[in-house]
Amino acid sequence: MILIWLMLILFVGGVAALIAERSNPMLPRVIALGALLLDLGLLLLVLFFPATMGADATNQINIGQDGEWLVLFQADWIPQLGISFIFGADGLSLLLIILTVFLGLMSLGAAWHEITERSGFFYLNLLWTLTGVIGVFSALDLFLFFVFWEVMLVPMYFIIAIWGHENKSYAAMKFFIFTQVSGLLMLVAMLGLVFAHYQTSGALTFNYFALLDGEFTTEVGFWLMLGFFIAFATKLPTVPLHNWLPDAHSQAPTAGSVILAGILLKTGAYGLLRFALGLFPEESAAFAPVAMTLGAISILYTAKVAFAQDDLKRLIAYTSVSHMGFVMLGIYAWNAQSAQGAVMTMLAHGFSAAALFMVAGGLQHRLHTRDMRQMGGLWGVMPKLSFMALFFTVAAVGMPGLGNFIGEFLVLLGSFQRSVTITVFATGGLIVAAIYSLIVIQRAFHGEPKQKYGDVADLSKMEMACYIAMMLGLVWMGLYPQSMLALAESGLMNLGLDMSTGAR
Amino acid sequence: MSIDVLINLSQIIMLGLSTLVVMLVIAFRRDHKLTYGLTMAGLAISLLIFLFISPADARQATELLVMDDYSLFFSTLVIISALAVTALSYPYFEGQKSRNEEFYLLLLMATLGGVVLACSQHFVSFFLGMEILSICLYGMIAYTVQQPGAAKFPLEAGIKYLLLSGASSAMILFGIALIYTQTGTLLFSEIPQRLVEAGQGNPIVITGWMMAVAGIAFKLSLVPFHMWTPDVYEGAPVPATTFIATASKAAMVAVVLRLVLASQAYEIDGLLSTVTVLAALSMVVGNLLALLQKNIKRLLAYSSIAHLGYVMIVMVAAGSMASSAAAEAVTYYMAAYVFTTLAGFAVVSALSSSTNEQDQLASYQGLFWQRPWVALPLMIVMLSLAGIPLTMGFIGKFYVIQAGVTGQLWLLLAMLVIGSGIGIFYYLRVVYLLVQSPSGESEQGGLPLAVTATLLLTSGTVVLLGIWPTGLIASLSGLSVF
Repeated sequence: MILIWLMLILFVGGVAALIAERSNPMLPRVIALGALLLDLGLLLLVLFFPATMGADATNQINIGQDGEWLVLFQADWIPQLGISFIFGADGLSLLLIILTVFLGLMSLGAAWHEITERSGFFYLNLLWTLTGVIGVFSALDLFLFFVFWEVMLVPMYFIIAIWGHENKSYAAMKFFIFTQVSGLLMLVAMLGLVFAHYQTSGALTFNYFALLDGEFTTEVGFWLMLGFFIAFATKLPTVPLHNWLPDAHSQAPTAGSVILAGILLKTGAYGLLRFALGLFPEESAAFAPVAMTLGAISILYTAKVAFAQDDLKRLIAYTSVSHMGFVMLGIYAWNAQSAQGAVMTMLAHGFSAAALFMVAGGLQHRLHTRDMRQMGGLWGVMPKLSFMALFFTVAAVGMPGLGNFIGEFLVLLGSFQRSVTITVFATGGLIVAAIYSLIVIQRAFHGEPKQKYGDVADLSKMEMACYIAMMLGLVWMGLYPQSMLALAESGLMNLGLDMSTGAR
Repeated sequence: MSIDVLINLSQIIMLGLSTLVVMLVIAFRRDHKLTYGLTMAGLAISLLIFLFISPADARQATELLVMDDYSLFFSTLVIISALAVTALSYPYFEGQKSRNEEFYLLLLMATLGGVVLACSQHFVSFFLGMEILSICLYGMIAYTVQQPGAAKFPLEAGIKYLLLSGASSAMILFGIALIYTQTGTLLFSEIPQRLVEAGQGNPIVITGWMMAVAGIAFKLSLVPFHMWTPDVYEGAPVPATTFIATASKAAMVAVVLRLVLASQAYEIDGLLSTVTVLAALSMVVGNLLALLQKNIKRLLAYSSIAHLGYVMIVMVAAGSMASSAAAEAVTYYMAAYVFTTLAGFAVVSALSSSTNEQDQLASYQGLFWQRPWVALPLMIVMLSLAGIPLTMGFIGKFYVIQAGVTGQLWLLLAMLVIGSGIGIFYYLRVVYLLVQSPSGESEQGGLPLAVTATLLLTSGTVVLLGIWPTGLIASLSGLSVF
């Protein structure tokens, strides 16, 4: 039930924000803040007192393996088609939901002063996007999952299309079409899976648990798996399906970029774990070399492309694709270290990329440009903001002691056991990352100023609070990763990963 | 003729009766409001009748017509469309100088034709219904011909439709005759058995079917028989366009599906591959051409071509799935299509009058900020046509894909994915226009109650039945078609 509450609060909060705009245009953001804080409170309650949550219903259910489902909710929806509401969260989902709500707060901080027009509708879209994402992370009925998967696009589309920058129409359209078309392929695969299951068992159902033991020939399974893979690989994204991302990220308003990079990309990784691997373990194992190669190519290729960008937001967008390459690599190497590493990278990248987009958004808000050729010497003008830029750049590169390092290290450690060649190439990505990151710092923050900056304000207290919160998060992940790994482990065991030996 | 038959036919009788009453009233007293009220009443009563005759099992009303759940469902759909069209017609024609009353007469008769089509199980009633419907449509399309400043080319549209529709009716008739020469029956359900006697590969039967398919494809505006659709949609007054787009399409699909299932047309050599080609072309070409449109009526015309292409997937798959499952998919899809299209044209109609049609897409810019309660339904319509979840359009598309997967029609499914991908582009362009900053001031005219009601009811249904389709699906499951 708690999951329903999480979504309902955000959903109703969105509607309230829209209505509140009429009385006072400042009110919507306060409502949004309240809704997100309420959600965060509920989540902390689940995290620290799972027993209180477990007491109120049929909640704690063990299925098959050792992993536990923390909260589960089940009700009929369209019984004739075997479709029901099943929401559940294991450790993996819970981590990602916490990330969602946390970054939702961060994006709120980014939007606080930036969004002045039509604020009610903006916060409605912001909160509804988050509602959709939480739905994606917790839906355990394939149909329900697909509904959330598509529905979260619509408010995000509005965020880009209404509050975006100069080329918003193109970017919003591209973003929507890529996800939607790949989503339709997934829908076809999903129905193929359900139909195959129906033919062998005689029961028409979209229930994730029932479909786990579907039987089909390897060939059919391969095509079905591919349908899911393409949808998730587009969202992740991985080369060659990454094309939509630089446009969408650079054109979105700051809050939109934060949500896109921080959360929406993770839905792709989550989908790969939960569905592509969860439903098709053998086919995925056979496909792993291809997927790992794609991951390695993503890491190297987009790192190189990032290096060539002048647009700060585009650069960060490309580095996101590069980091998601590590996630892909880790997921398909599929042993205890690599999978844990992939989850850690997802979380850490959520923080670091969100923070970097806030830096870029903050710069654009102040300087009205994202072009690094017109920056330079910013450290002297805005020391606080520059320091944050340096910190999160270094974090993204993988400085030991911060979360990203743990993630990437574990991924490489795990994938080394699968394929030495791919891992060697992937490791090269770390070097390129260091180069492009340092170039950013040099071009934008050091050196001679390229223009008269005039009177620009440094970070406000609100912004400082956001950055510090994300900093602390990354330091925590870097110094005490076990707290997250333990949660992720229970989730990964649900997916059939044997944590002791690391074998498939 | 026993009383039972009369009861079964009461819906049709009621429609005929209201036509007569309206005609007589017009003869004695020309009054727009009165005619409008009578039409509404007649349609509403025939809609309510279905509550009383809803039969447990199929009941014949003569050999020509059958009253079962399937035909009742489609006649309800047709009558609901007619009601909505009537509601939109009054404010549209009010203020026009020339005579408006006959439009309602034509509308009632066209509805009658649609209901006959939905109930027919025999080539004779099929042809009769189709002709009643089309002949009334000629008049409706060209209705504003003497109105200065009306929709651009009503006469061109009317004549285009007259010629092409007449030709396609002739085609269908010729096809029926050819089939009849070899099978000796006009009853859909007797065809398969007689066909065994006539021999499966009989060339005359195949020719007959091909001609019938070509004619039907005209009526359903499938590519390459679609040429008339955008011009007629654009040229006709909005209420007439609405009727063509909803009631006439739904009635035609109803009878075609019954024909396909009852006569097992999918067994005929070459027919399936022909329809496959038609469906694939409709999905791709319809969506591609819609990309170029700057006029919302033309855009919806091309979109309807694509959507009828999606429905054809189910028709192709019908042979390899249970007939009730095929009927369920088609009925849901058509319900989704009809309600969505009604809502879409209701928006166009809300902004238009017979002297000033707002059909240029550019004039919709920023509507969401100026008149949110008109723009929101249009947004819902576009998302539903694009097949985004939580709208009826998505569940409909879901059914189509399910049918395609069951029939293992991978080529058609690939075309569906490609077509939908292209489709999103132009549907979203409308949504994008709606949320941009307005280009100029718009007049804040209040809407007539009937239009507001139509707008909210249809778009509300699209969302409600998209989120909670359980009730509708329950009444659709297990439909027997013959």
